[in-house]
Amino acid sequence: MNVPKNLKYTKSHEWVRVEGSTVVVGITDHAQNELTDVVYVEVPTVGTRVEAGKECAVVESVKAASDIYAPVSGDVGAVNEELSSAPELLNQDPYGKGWMFAITMSDPGELDELLSADDYAHHIGA
Amino acid sequence: MPSTERLKRTPLYAAHLEWGAKMVSFGGWEMPVQYLGILEEHAAVRERVGLFDISHMGEFLVAGPNAECALNNLFTNDVSKIAVGQAQYTLMCNHEGGIIDDLIVYRLEPSVYMVIVNAGNIEKDFVWMNTNTTVPAVIENLSDRFAGLALQGPASSQFFEFSVTLPHFHIQRQEVFGKECWVGRTGYTGEDGFELFCEATDATHLWKMLLGWGGQFGIKPCGLGARDTLRLEMCYPLHGNDISEQTTPIEAGLGKFVSFDKKLFVGRDVLIEQKEHGVRRKLIAFRMTGKSPPPRPRYAMLAGGRKVGGVTSGTQSPTLGVGIGLGYVETAEAKPGAAIEIEIRNRRFPAVIERKPILKRGP
Repeated sequence: MNVPKNLKYTKSHEWVRVEGSTVVVGITDHAQNELTDVVYVEVPTVGTRVEAGKECAVVESVKAASDIYAPVSGDVGAVNEELSSAPELLNQDPYGKGWMFAITMSDPGELDELLSADDYAHHIGA
Repeated sequence: MPSTERLKRTPLYAAHLEWGAKMVSFGGWEMPVQYLGILEEHAAVRERVGLFDISHMGEFLVAGPNAECALNNLFTNDVSKIAVGQAQYTLMCNHEGGIIDDLIVYRLEPSVYMVIVNAGNIEKDFVWMNTNTTVPAVIENLSDRFAGLALQGPASSQFFEFSVTLPHFHIQRQEVFGKECWVGRTGYTGEDGFELFCEATDATHLWKMLLGWGGQFGIKPCGLGARDTLRLEMCYPLHGNDISEQTTPIEAGLGKFVSFDKKLFVGRDVLIEQKEHGVRRKLIAFRMTGKSPPPRPRYAMLAGGRKVGGVTSGTQSPTLGVGIGLGYVETAEAKPGAAIEIEIRNRRFPAVIERKPILKRGP
């Protein structure tokens, strides 16, 4: 399972890429593999305030709907509009074109709570 | 299903792991939900051919001079209407008309029937049939002895020479890759296909041979995920979701499988009353008309802004690329073509009531 070293992770299988005061968020390779064929993605609207650990998006496979949790608190600054017409990007390129949304952090200290790549790999037994 | 209870495994368990299956719990069994992906398995069955393990389903043998009478009293359809070698879809109801199970009956010999029951209902059905039969008959549970494989898809007719002599909804005893099987031309996908019932010890051999021979047709092993999307496009009800002991065949739109010509069968009084005076709710099929999340069981269904029912099965149709489902609505609202809404996470999405099946097939 692909777990890029330059990202941070949550136990609920989101990845986080830090870009200054903003983080880009998606779901991990392990998560997309477990969810299987993604057929619908619901991202938050730009400007929504999200809270670390609270659900803020939904990914649906043929079989089930899964909540996606905000890794950090802040305001949603951007969302991946392409996912509404191409939800399969989450399966095909989870760390690239399958990014879901970006958050402008209200408390960058929350980043310390996230898992390193090594810790996440351990968490999923990889 | 309590987690302390050990899940049962079919004789093909090791084969599933070898083929990379993701295993899930279903009706007390540990079954493959998918191998490479539901969408590609679904497409394989619609366009070519797929192979399913259906060993979790139960097989009962009902035999003896009273067998026909026993089944006619226990089931809603009329088994006297099928000849030796024919199959029949039927329902077993309780005294309130609630559906205990839906089943396929095969007439193997004049007084020998094989009954296929749902995996999660095997013990319940067996006890019910033995305690409610009005005439003595041998009712034997052979579920542990038999395995089942379903070969489904347009290319399945190219597997066996006997295809030409085995019509749809018929069964015959056949040797398949050296193993004796009961082969029914039946299935749960809406495609041409066969269901093979064999000795459990022969299942792995048949699985390997069918997948090997099917390579030339692009065969895929298929899991319960594709089985569910395929059956839902055809609006075949799933017991436990769309039909249950709390719903009747009349409510579920299965009245044509209830033979009121029979003077006696369990549930008749309630069902004839419902047929004559109507029911309060009906099972309808629907299709989402715009972009929406896939409908799921228990989502509310609305008409004119008012809640009129609930979804019992729903998914994203792989063939149509839109959300589809089944659900019960108030009878007055159960009109094909009528606009409804499905409530998904507090938002309402437009849908339309469809005639069954949702997937319309060519001639």
